[in-house]
Amino acid sequence: MVNLGFSIGKLRFKNPVITASGTFGYGSEFDDFIDVSVLGGIILKGTTMEPREGNAYPRMSETPAGMLNAVGLQNKGIDFFEKNIYPKVSGYDTNVIVNINGSYIEDYIALAERVNKLDKIPAIELNISCPNVKMGGMAFGTNPDSAREVIKEVRKVYSKILIVKLSPNVTNIVDFARIAEEEGADSVSLINTLLGMSVNIKTMKPSLSTITGGLSGPAVKPVALRMVWQVARAVQIPVIGLGGIMSTNDAIEFFLAGASAIEVGTASFIDPQISVKIIDGISDYLADKGFSDIRDITGLINR
Amino acid sequence: MAKRIDDFIIKENRKINNDFFILELSGNNYLPVLKPGQFVQVKVEDSPETFLRRPLSIHDVDYDKNTISLLVQIAGKGTRRLSKLKPGEILNIIYPLGNSFSLPPENSDILLIGGGCGVAPLLFLGKYLKSNGYKPSILIGFRNSDRIIEYDEYAAIGKVYLTTEDGSRGEKGFVTDHSVLKEHRFDNISCCGPASMMKAVDGYCSANGIPCEVSLENLMACGFGVCLCCVVSTVSGNLCTCIDGPVFNIKDLKW
Repeated sequence: MVNLGFSIGKLRFKNPVITASGTFGYGSEFDDFIDVSVLGGIILKGTTMEPREGNAYPRMSETPAGMLNAVGLQNKGIDFFEKNIYPKVSGYDTNVIVNINGSYIEDYIALAERVNKLDKIPAIELNISCPNVKMGGMAFGTNPDSAREVIKEVRKVYSKILIVKLSPNVTNIVDFARIAEEEGADSVSLINTLLGMSVNIKTMKPSLSTITGGLSGPAVKPVALRMVWQVARAVQIPVIGLGGIMSTNDAIEFFLAGASAIEVGTASFIDPQISVKIIDGISDYLADKGFSDIRDITGLINR
Repeated sequence: MAKRIDDFIIKENRKINNDFFILELSGNNYLPVLKPGQFVQVKVEDSPETFLRRPLSIHDVDYDKNTISLLVQIAGKGTRRLSKLKPGEILNIIYPLGNSFSLPPENSDILLIGGGCGVAPLLFLGKYLKSNGYKPSILIGFRNSDRIIEYDEYAAIGKVYLTTEDGSRGEKGFVTDHSVLKEHRFDNISCCGPASMMKAVDGYCSANGIPCEVSLENLMACGFGVCLCCVVSTVSGNLCTCIDGPVFNIKDLKW
């Protein structure tokens, strides 16, 4: 029997497989396919103060080994979340994490205060890296001063586990991970999508209504892995790795490079059972390699 | 209805013409009750550049044989790979996805309108309506006579009106140019085809006060309401084509 459990601060995860925000809805969309409570955690669709309609269609373009999206944080806002979604997700026996987003620093603070009061939400993922909104989002996560300010202010009002989701669209992601750690974040998750674009040569127009969008899928995995490796060597807080993880083998690479946990994102669109398969796959891998604890292989290549 | 992920076995891959083929899939498990308008998400193996599943309408269902048929147009590398599938090969699908066409009032004079690949869900719909006591008529349009798909199958359901863009068979023009639309007023119209065609049908139905549902085929990543990529603008805001559709009443659409 191998131990897959790990902790971020005082928060215990039964295993290190978490589903990424925006790729897992509110969990219930997967009830037909898996027992959601088997997962280490689920990170819900990005939530904002006010309802957001998101960007115009088309919002998606398939690429070789990946996809671009420009959804733009479509969601019904925190009031709707509290009233209609929170009661449902509270029933899952897993760590249910809310991904919060804002256009202004005040939005992040207000959201963090609201979510702090929800007993069954033990953590937030602070999204300062969404590339698909005109204001806020990635703008916070690509400027060291504004990143520091938003993390500092949210930390003041949020008493539970604070995970900061980092943008890869920066010169040196390590700087941002260090800022998160210095400002009291409990963990960092990386990477959000890479800014990209595609042009439709039939229509002679951009493939996305927003022209640029966020690239995800296997295409980004080597970049994500490199960044996770860099960050894991630079900070003491646990690093959650994501970006193009499609299989157990992909997940293992992230652990070996220094991730304490991983998030499964785009892969769930193609195989809605993949997150559970990866949990089983990690156990098998550890047993096969003669390890009894996932923590034994975290950052192994750096030792 | 609970969604499933199942491996199906290819029973037949039938070429219709250079662009279209029909895959008949046999289930390992008994099929659930499927509804016209619903679709499946097909996993394309051995096509390295095909990353996402391909959403395909359910074209026909045979519960006795436990088979589903999919009408597929070769549109890119993924569908080209599917066109090469051989009997006995496995196809993994997520199904059933989406809503379905609604059943009009009894004795309604129904017209099904389809163009090109958009005829795909109309065979299943036509058969379903017929088995429920309706006598639907069918108006289908194609580029030319070589591209007509399964005319006889539709003719077995009801009266078929045909257009081709070059006039090589049936009336010349688009479906919305067909004389029957000027000469006869149907009670109810169900439509699937290219967006431009469906918008033209929307225009006709709106002008004539005819209730109409259309089946959209927006680009999607997941097919089960998670990625939020396939949205269409409606009177209720952006809705997902995959779970709130693919069938929408034209009065709800803002397109």
